This record gives sequence, structure tokens and C-alpha cells, in this order.
Amino acid sequence: MKITLDADKCCAAGQCVLIAPEVFDQREEDGVVVLLDAEPPVEQHDAVHEAAAICPAAVIEVHA
Amino acid sequence: MTGLPIAVVGASAAGLAAVEALRRSGWRGPLTLIGDEPHLPYDRPPLSKQLLHGDWTPEKLTLRTAEQLAPLALDLRLGTRATGLDVATRTLTLDGGEQLGCAGVIIATGVAARTLPGADRIAGVHTLRTLDDALALRSGLANGGAPGSEDVAAGGGGGGRRVVIVGNGVLGCEAAAVARELGHEVTLVGIGPTPMAAVVGTEVGELLAEEHRARGVRLLTAAVDGFETAPADQDGAGDPRVTAVRLAHGGPPGSGGVAAGGGTRLPADLVLLAIGSRPAVGWLDDPALDTTDGLRCDTYCAAAPGIYAAGDVARWDHPVHGRPLRFEHRMNATEQGMAAARNLLAELAAEAPAAAEDAAPAQERRPFAPVPYFWSDQYAVKIQAYGPTAGADRVETTVLDRAERRALALYGRDGNAVGVLAAGLPPRQARALRAVVATPLPWEEARERVAAATADG
Repeated sequence: MKITLDADKCCAAGQCVLIAPEVFDQREEDGVVVLLDAEPPVEQHDAVHEAAAICPAAVIEVHA
Repeated sequence: MTGLPIAVVGASAAGLAAVEALRRSGWRGPLTLIGDEPHLPYDRPPLSKQLLHGDWTPEKLTLRTAEQLAPLALDLRLGTRATGLDVATRTLTLDGGEQLGCAGVIIATGVAARTLPGADRIAGVHTLRTLDDALALRSGLANGGAPGSEDVAAGGGGGGRRVVIVGNGVLGCEAAAVARELGHEVTLVGIGPTPMAAVVGTEVGELLAEEHRARGVRLLTAAVDGFETAPADQDGAGDPRVTAVRLAHGGPPGSGGVAAGGGTRLPADLVLLAIGSRPAVGWLDDPALDTTDGLRCDTYCAAAPGIYAAGDVARWDHPVHGRPLRFEHRMNATEQGMAAARNLLAELAAEAPAAAEDAAPAQERRPFAPVPYFWSDQYAVKIQAYGPTAGADRVETTVLDRAERRALALYGRDGNAVGVLAAGLPPRQARALRAVVATPLPWEEARERVAAATADG
């Protein structure tokens, strides 16, 4: 799995951080998403898919 | 294998989330997505922010490209409207007259902007719900030289136009901020004296009012009585163009522009009606459905056997809050689309195990129990709220920094804290507040937890 972000679309909802805190974080100043692990281990994959699906700004793209 | 499709009616955020969840959860049968707009699914919150401002192109709002949708193998019907649903047979009628028998249906038709009688036939009067609405309004805000505005252009002084925004809820406030940032002369007119008060309470609303005033927006409390217009052009072709908004009972003292008859008139080059919305349930005429204030659903988002609803249109029994709720929040659209999809599949698997090769491995239906979330951006102020803040019987607001518009608010109902709002708080603190209201909590306990969550920084 490889994750890419379109971070300038981010609305700082922070849902990705709630769902996959080992993969995503938020910038302290404005809450914009930060990618902690672009190629997370398999045990994180379900959470990452969930985070990508739920992101209200469609910022997270998951590549196989 | 039944061969019947699951149809999702409504191709915005909730409908998109539903079709994606249906496939992820194992639905291999035909899948139809019906949308009345001609566009691929796009995101609405930026319509009143980045798109209106001109920062983003329409393409940036597209939630999925055609390539991203391809693996879903959708029977995609854009520019198509559903006009009826027979609940007992799960048969949809489409606007071309086609009858579509379905294994299951998810209704995600959202809401439509409310308007005022005759407003659609006046040039320069807008609503803001769809991409096309937003592009039309953006063009008006960007183009100071539109037909009929020669007087303004001549009056010049920076080229700002007179923009009147009717309705001081979330949408009206966001649009006012953008119009002001674009240099227009903006008047925000609401029936209630405080912007967004119904959603955030009066103190947070007053803080926002201060920010709007500081940025030069004029705030008025009044009801709108109608519009004044001028003929479109010399030929009389096209719709008449708005020249003023008439207020019903006169504005407050000092609001100016008193017209004959004692009413107040606000000269206007451009008007936005942001006076709320109506759930798009008019097409659902089957008496088996309750369509009072949205489509009534049970705790699983089911409106009837095999019929589910999601997003702005759905009013469902929230299992934690114990009352029917309906949210017009972006986050809810996605979460509820996913929940409705999973529960529909669970129901289909349970009702016809023999036909389950189209469906996922059997799973239990689960009550839909989200922590509601919404955000709003106005100027540099970001508001984030968790839990139902509207309908509170108690609000406690702590202004942390008046000038910076930093504030916290706790919303209570029946003795419990149910909602919390952060304005201008660091993301980590705002996020920590979610846990406080994940379930209703006794008021005093919630106050202590809010204090703890925001103690550092």
C-alpha cells in the first residue's frame, strides 16, 4: 500500500487521525493533515481505507 | 443470483459513500447510481468557501474521477431524476418513465435550497446549493461589470458591488465572509439578531458577529418582503434585474434607506438567499414512508424493508441521543452512506440467504451512532463542533480570547452535555473534545473534562 495526499484540499476535520493515528497526524498551526507513514504495514490497511473513505475532503488516496 | 440492482438515488457525498461501501462490503450484483445533476460526484462545503472565492476550480471539487469510479462498475445515471418509489416492490420510477426493480434502494437525495416566490425569475438573485449555483454567484462576485451594474461601476471606488445576503445561518455567514474578502459591500440580513445562533448559541454567534462587523459587513435584523427590479436591458430581453431588497418591517434604527410606506429598502446589485433548505423528499409519495422533515428512518437508517436513507435527507433514530435527528453536515453524509450500505447488505443477506452470492458474508445490522461533526470557516476563524449543538436547552460559552475569536462552548440537553464547539483552538485540543461528548455526559462531569482537555496550550 502507498498513500498520497492532496493536502491543500484538507479541511482539518481530523477524522483520519482518529481512525489511523499511526499513519496520520495534523499540523499544529492549522490542522492540515500530515502523513506519518506513506507505506504503512498491513495491519494498518483497514484503518487507512476507512480513513480515506471517510475523509470529508477526499484528500487521501490509497494505491495498491 | 437475483440479477436485480441495488440503486442509490443521489450522487453526492452520501450516495458516493454508499456505492463505495457496497462494493467494499462485497456486493457484486448490479449497482446503479442516479444523480439529477450532470456532474460527477463533487464536494459541497467548498462551494461557499474556496470555489466562491475563486481559489479553486470546479475540477478540484470532484470527489472521484471517472477513472477512480471505473472499478465500481456502476450503472451511472447522471442528469437523471427519480420521480417515484414503490416501497413494497422496491421499484423506482425515473424521469424518462423507466421502471427499475431493485434488490434494495438507498435514498441520498439531500436537500434543496429554499427560495422566495418569484426569486428564480430575477437576475442577480441567487441560491447556493449546487455547483452551478456557486459558479453563477461566483461570476456575479467576480464581474463588477455585469449588465445592469453600470451605476456601480461608475460609482467605482474599488469596484465593490452591493451584495445583500439574506439569511444569517452557516451558509449565509460563510458567503458573507467570502464576498467581503473579495472587496464587496456586504449586508447580512437575518430574522434572528445573532448569526448562526440556532446552531452555535448566542454567545458564539455574537463573537462571529463581531468578526463580521470588524471586517466591514453590515448586520441587520429583519425579514425580507420582496425585491425591486429594473428591466433587463433596452430590448427587454431576459429577466428583470434586482436593484434592491425590501425589508418587511423596516430595519433597526440607523439601517438607512427608508422607502415610502415605512419599509426599508437595501440597494443591491447581487442577492444571495441563504434561508435554509428542504429535504428532497417530494418524489417519495408512497404512503409507507414518513417524509415529515426528511425521510424518517429507524436506528439502522432503514425507512422500510430494503429501503434505506443517508445524508442530509435522512432523519433517523440516533441510538445514543434517543431522538430522531437529521444533519446537513458533510461528515454525516459519508458516515451514514457507509452505514446504510452495510445495513442494507446485512438485511439482504438475512432475507434471502440462498441468493447471497451477490452479497457479502452475512453480518449483523448495526445501529448508526455517529458523533456528529461540523466545521465552518469564516475569514481566519475555524469553528469545529462535535455532537448535536442545535436544540440545546443549555449553553455555556467560554471566550478564551475575544480579539482572536477563540472560544469554547458546551451544549446541554436534559441535564447532559451533548455537544461541544471549539473556535480557533489548536487541532489537538479540538480533537480531544470529541471524546467528551461521544455519549451524553452529566453536565458537571463534561465541564471538568472540557477543562482538562484544553488545560495545556
